[in-house]
Amino acid sequence: MKSVATLTATIADVRPAQEPQRAGYWREVGRRLLRDRLTMVCLSILLLMALAMICAPLLSPYDPLQGSMIRRLKPVGTPGHWLGTDELGRDMFARLIYGGRLSWFVGITPVAIAFVIGSGLGITAGFFGGWVNMMIMRITDVFYAFPSVLLAVAISGALGPGIDNAIIAMTMVFIPMMIRVSESVTAGTRNLDYVEAARSTGAGALTVVRVHILPNVLGPIFVYATTLVSVSMILASGLSFIGLGVKPPQPEWGLMLNTLRTAIYTQPLLATLPGVSIFITSICFNLASDGLRTAMDVRA
Amino acid sequence: MSEHLVRARQLTVRFAQGKSFIHAVNGVDFDLHEREVLCILGESGSGKSVTLRALMRLNPPSKTIMSGELEVGGHDVVAASEPQMSALRGAFVSMIFQDPMTSLDPVFTIGAQITETILRHERIERSEARKRALNLLDLVQIPAARRRLDSYPHELSGGLRQRAMIAIALSCRPKLLLADEPTTALDASVQIQILFLLREIQQEMGMGMIFVTHDLGVAGEIADRIAVMYAGRFIEEGPVEDLMQAPLHPYARGLLGATVHEGSRGSRLVTIPGAPPDLRHLPDACAFAPRCGEMEGICLEGLPALRSPAPGRAARCVHVTDRASVTPAVDAADAPTRRVSNGAR
Amino acid sequence: MFLYTIRRVLYAIPIALAVSLVCFMLVHIAPGDPIDAILPPDASAETVAMVRKDYGLDKPLPVQFGLWLAHVVQGDFGLSLANRRPVLNEMKVAAGRTFLLASSAALLGFVIGSVLGGLAGAFRGSFIDRMAVGFAVAGISVPHYWLGMVFVIIFSVVLGWLPAIGAGPGDWAWNWLHIRHLILPAVTLSVIPAGLVTRTVRGVVVEILSQDFITTLRGKGLRHLMLALHVIKNAAPTSIAVMGLQLGYLMGGSILVETVFAWPGTGMLLNQAIFQRDIPVLQGTTLVLAMIFVTLNLTVDLIQTALDPRIRRA
Repeated sequence: MKSVATLTATIADVRPAQEPQRAGYWREVGRRLLRDRLTMVCLSILLLMALAMICAPLLSPYDPLQGSMIRRLKPVGTPGHWLGTDELGRDMFARLIYGGRLSWFVGITPVAIAFVIGSGLGITAGFFGGWVNMMIMRITDVFYAFPSVLLAVAISGALGPGIDNAIIAMTMVFIPMMIRVSESVTAGTRNLDYVEAARSTGAGALTVVRVHILPNVLGPIFVYATTLVSVSMILASGLSFIGLGVKPPQPEWGLMLNTLRTAIYTQPLLATLPGVSIFITSICFNLASDGLRTAMDVRA
Repeated sequence: MSEHLVRARQLTVRFAQGKSFIHAVNGVDFDLHEREVLCILGESGSGKSVTLRALMRLNPPSKTIMSGELEVGGHDVVAASEPQMSALRGAFVSMIFQDPMTSLDPVFTIGAQITETILRHERIERSEARKRALNLLDLVQIPAARRRLDSYPHELSGGLRQRAMIAIALSCRPKLLLADEPTTALDASVQIQILFLLREIQQEMGMGMIFVTHDLGVAGEIADRIAVMYAGRFIEEGPVEDLMQAPLHPYARGLLGATVHEGSRGSRLVTIPGAPPDLRHLPDACAFAPRCGEMEGICLEGLPALRSPAPGRAARCVHVTDRASVTPAVDAADAPTRRVSNGAR
Repeated sequence: MFLYTIRRVLYAIPIALAVSLVCFMLVHIAPGDPIDAILPPDASAETVAMVRKDYGLDKPLPVQFGLWLAHVVQGDFGLSLANRRPVLNEMKVAAGRTFLLASSAALLGFVIGSVLGGLAGAFRGSFIDRMAVGFAVAGISVPHYWLGMVFVIIFSVVLGWLPAIGAGPGDWAWNWLHIRHLILPAVTLSVIPAGLVTRTVRGVVVEILSQDFITTLRGKGLRHLMLALHVIKNAAPTSIAVMGLQLGYLMGGSILVETVFAWPGTGMLLNQAIFQRDIPVLQGTTLVLAMIFVTLNLTVDLIQTALDPRIRRA
């Protein structure tokens, strides 16, 4: 049975490639992925969702920002509004697929930025060691001294509501995690045979990094980053849920959960729909990244 | 048959791996008498450890399929229930393992690991068990025994750890002691000490012992009888001196010829070409034939039966009873003697 | 062990300082003049002048940090913008309630996770293993605030068994009147730690069961109960460490669940502070929660080290 990828996935789980990677390796990974039914199902679901969000105007005739109070809180299955309407009379389905755009955006962007910055810093720290490593890692330790939700909320709260502020706050939370993993993986390569071999032939540091370290280290780091996406989405929606992040009337799943809270007494099913979207997205990302990690694990 | 400690007939052990099977042990027959020391000799993958563990049914339960007849101390091991086996283990029959560092629980003291064995099998007071543990540590010649009772495995050296493991194995006075390469993981000087210790204890306590090893020197030092194992079968058996002076089976001869010993300086190292067979697809023929210098057509037609040219000696080779005289492996003067050499095999 | 403790504590001090620095900076990253972040708009000119001097707001940042730190160490976290009361007072009661919620959730998560993870590891590949791993994935993928809403719908709105909001009347007491308020939030909050602990314990148990000494233990004829004891003792340090860490995360990350259930803890405090742009409360609460987290991490580290005999005697 597969292992489960999580926010606190132990660093020990992330290892650099034990042997130099060849082009055939990635093809093999691809093949193994294709054979993994669970991962394929999850990836398909995610793909469908992404398509739905991109083609939103084609899928729904309604404007997610326009509503009419007489049509508010219509239940699921109402003719004309198959997923009902929200507390301001806006069509739920439209709100969900347009909202997905923002939810995914605010969820994925911090991870992407943190991946770039974090892996850059972490690989540097791991490769050079010494005082460069100490400096970078000690600063990372400071941020690690905060529980992630608290840090995100505090920074976001101080900066104020808004998408930009939420993204900044969450990036600040994820960068230390990416640094730690990148540093650990890179430090692991320093002792591997093929790296020592390259260095002993007099290759310059930059060359060694580019040719030997990067290709073998980016893979595991990337897989770790994918495990962060689901956490990021939950956190992003969570920030909107408490009034930070996305501002009304923009559709976003977390924000929708917040505004629909009072509706749980009258239209409970309706009120939970945005959360279902978050849940499905999150679990699919988790399982898919899990499958990716299994496919990349040469031993398994 | 109660005078035999162990009685095995056509013992077969297979492991399920995906859709195929690994045929680790393929029809092993032997008897072990009280106070007898049998050494099972073979290379890695020959099935010797699996055979040993089968005697206590210690192979992984979910994957292992055992068939044939196996009696240990009169108990039918193949058919016994798990609680019955559990009662035998540690009491009638005990095992000591190869690597004492990984084979002892790191978070319990040596004393605790001994006393828990005693308390499992005998109804005595805890304090009484602790006293016995102390005596056992003395028996295996661990100095400062009282202090060591409360030591953790990592606090002892390799040799002391192995002695502690022996103490655990002896704690309920077993009639049969099984040893799976107990000296392989130790330094050479310590190996000898442990071997002497085992021999002393075996004779003092009157136990039967089955010793698994790949090291000819160790076998020569401690065994009464040797059984050479290849591809899951006993291909030769005999008393230790006779077998080592004049092995019958080509594989056994190859093993002894390939041993590095005092007389081999200046002469070419003889090796056995090829590699052991794939245990997933064993042919119904002599398993050694592909590598054998004396192979004939008949060797591939069926499994050779055990042929006995003299009482107590047997070998699975079509050439055996045919031969008028027994061909010595090397010049008798160079044959490994009972001294423990660095038989690196 | 003693030396290790000293070293670890000493190491925690600069961390604590740096953490306070980050909290200090919260005021300064907030848009606008820091004085607006600390004092309400209708403060008198004298108050403004006094605060400026007290906190050295026209001095360079390092000096400001020092002054602020001096205040904090004496327990002065400033006054709440919303109700002019000292931040520390607000926090003390709230922190107690959050601790109650967080520890209940951590304990629940730990028990469920250990049992499920232990069974999954022991019966690897079986139905129970698959269920446990499925539960673990679901547990860490679920948006817990949404789950809280679902629980409220099921148990409050539809079934009417449990209350949806609050912690009960007046001060906390260990009676059904109050405990019924604790159930839903604690269960909701426990789902993520349960999932994490399940996964961790399962991994640890699988790893232990693959060790050589397990064969030795079987070879001694030990009964299943004794074997389980060996496994548990080997698995304990890691499991306890994970629970300790989870407690820290829950203390700091309870805001979302507390919002759903209107649980009057530090989470609600943070929530209100955000809503009202009450920076002193935000800052003070964050600082205290972070300090609790640092202390907890330190404690967990020391306990885990103490439990492992391989290190204890060194």
